[in-house]
Amino acid sequence: MSLLEVKNLEVSFALRHGDLVALNDVSFTLNKRERLGVVGESGAGKSVTGFAVINLISKPGRISKGEVLFDGERLDQFSEQEMRTIRGNRISMIFQDPMMTLNPVLTVGTQMVETLRAHRNISVKEAQKIAIRKLGLVHIPSPERRLRQYPHEFSGGMRQRIIIAIALLTEPAIIIADEPTTALDVTIQAEIMDLLIELCNSQDMGLMLITHDLGVVAEVTERVMVMYAGKVIETAKTADLVATPMHPYTRGLINALPGHGVCDTDNRLQQIPGTMPNLTEIAPGCSFHPRCDRCQDICKYTVPELQKVVGNTDRFVSCHFPGEGQEW
Amino acid sequence: MKTPIVQIDNLVKYFDISGGFLEQLQFNSGKVKLQKTEVKAVNGVSLEISQGETLAVVGESGCGKSTLARTVIGLYPPTSGTVTYRGERIDTLNAKQMLPYRQRMQMIFQDPYASLNPRKSVRQTLEEPLRFHRKKITAAEVDERLGEVMEQVGVNPAWRDRFPHEFSGGQRQRIAIARALVIDPEFIVADEPVSALDVSIQAQILNLLMDAQDQRGLTYLFITHDLSVVRHVATRVAVMYLGTLCEVATTAELYDTPYHPYTRALLSAIPRVDGTKQNHIKLKGEIPTPINLPSGCVFHGRCIHADDRCRMEVPELLQVSDASGARVACHGVAEGRI
Repeated sequence: MSLLEVKNLEVSFALRHGDLVALNDVSFTLNKRERLGVVGESGAGKSVTGFAVINLISKPGRISKGEVLFDGERLDQFSEQEMRTIRGNRISMIFQDPMMTLNPVLTVGTQMVETLRAHRNISVKEAQKIAIRKLGLVHIPSPERRLRQYPHEFSGGMRQRIIIAIALLTEPAIIIADEPTTALDVTIQAEIMDLLIELCNSQDMGLMLITHDLGVVAEVTERVMVMYAGKVIETAKTADLVATPMHPYTRGLINALPGHGVCDTDNRLQQIPGTMPNLTEIAPGCSFHPRCDRCQDICKYTVPELQKVVGNTDRFVSCHFPGEGQEW
Repeated sequence: MKTPIVQIDNLVKYFDISGGFLEQLQFNSGKVKLQKTEVKAVNGVSLEISQGETLAVVGESGCGKSTLARTVIGLYPPTSGTVTYRGERIDTLNAKQMLPYRQRMQMIFQDPYASLNPRKSVRQTLEEPLRFHRKKITAAEVDERLGEVMEQVGVNPAWRDRFPHEFSGGQRQRIAIARALVIDPEFIVADEPVSALDVSIQAQILNLLMDAQDQRGLTYLFITHDLSVVRHVATRVAVMYLGTLCEVATTAELYDTPYHPYTRALLSAIPRVDGTKQNHIKLKGEIPTPINLPSGCVFHGRCIHADDRCRMEVPELLQVSDASGARVACHGVAEGRI
């Protein structure tokens, strides 16, 4: 059994003129020590997926269908009280902007001790000891002294390390990282990516990495799911996916990457025409069909299902005409 | 050698952040002194931008790349140094004398949500530069010009009476580009023009910028932190660190054989999709503050190759070899140590 199993999850937001379906039939699993990437452009539903896992969809949104199983328990049916024993304890979350997540008027130590004591019945002294150990784990030099400092005394990369240390405090089984490196410079991003991989291995954690950056996904994760307009359109081992994308959207995303993508004769990037549809105006049939170069009549009327790819047990794609091989 | 269109010579830009009189008071060994605090954003940068090229300035946040761009286009007066445009000094001109140059230089900003006035329709936004710079233009001509430029950037001209909120991020950036193109400039400063956009949209905008360059023979000063974008669009690259240039080379050379240790670290940190996992070069320490610049080479505190000379003496930007045009500011490279 997987550590985390999400089955046919649907999240909808009740609006005045009816329900807006933000997530549609999303299923995935995450095991111990596994690193799963969730990629997509803004509005694809990647963050909502992360929030849904820890039952943090705020009104008017709700989980309208499906199950979230963590260690065999239905998180989606937990009460708010019960969820508190899970959130920030068994499942931790890391967000994009470290300055927004840290309280600027409290020292780092206070914030770390507070988090720990909310979940464990321990003394401040003990909590500080654990905090120091965790700061060491994320390679912050002289942690005893750093504990007494305020967030503004740290650089962006250091702040993100502190956030990660806070997430590690309660020895969670899973960390959900929502764009953890997006606000950082490339050299710092590289350090944080290395740190996340190292921690998953040393701390036996599962990592769900939500990002828009295929490069980050390719470096950090082992498995990846690509989302488009609230649906999972392709999932595979990361290496397979970047080498031979099967969904036209995935291929488009990879080819559109400057410096890597395929350029035509005038050194122009291959672009995906148009933009991701607004969730209120998703086309019938395959939601990607208006932008797809392989679109046929069937794509306009029939929604493709996420189907297992023949000959590869770990690979699913939702397309009527999936591509095969490197060049197509 | 192509003729330089813009020449930047020893450009320095400091920002005074010392605040009011009382904040400037400092006690120093029993005496009260007034002390100025300055952020040294750009320290003696010299660059040439040739006609028709795309010069990319890369660097991490706080390295002064945006300040450099804004000083070049005249949004900030330089503290010292000169900016010449086609042989004429433009950094000392007053607003009125600057007018003819403003028509020839335009700027595109990062965030199309902030750079377009939400209360102006697309027509009003695009009309303004035209009417301001061409006083004699007729309404019919304005209309024609608007249609033309909107067509070129891929925004349906029928939407000219819509407001920015009715457009997506990518389309807004197209409108921002149209605003820059509408008066037919020859030099465009693009400050992170695709950083706020999604990958698929980013490709569209980059293609658009390159098309516009081909059609109009534009010259770009392209500011970005994204090294993959640079590789795609730039003809030449200048790498900046803490207000100084580390390395200037053609794009092919820079990605092929980076010399400066900082450039190497920067390139090794780019996440790659092709599965060839790179060993990230780790830099020790953190970027020092631009208020108290380190002595000698600004990079020495984080460089594994640093020796005493690096700590004392500021390296000059020197040509690496006769064969390559790459210029590098590093004692180690000059001495052949690295």
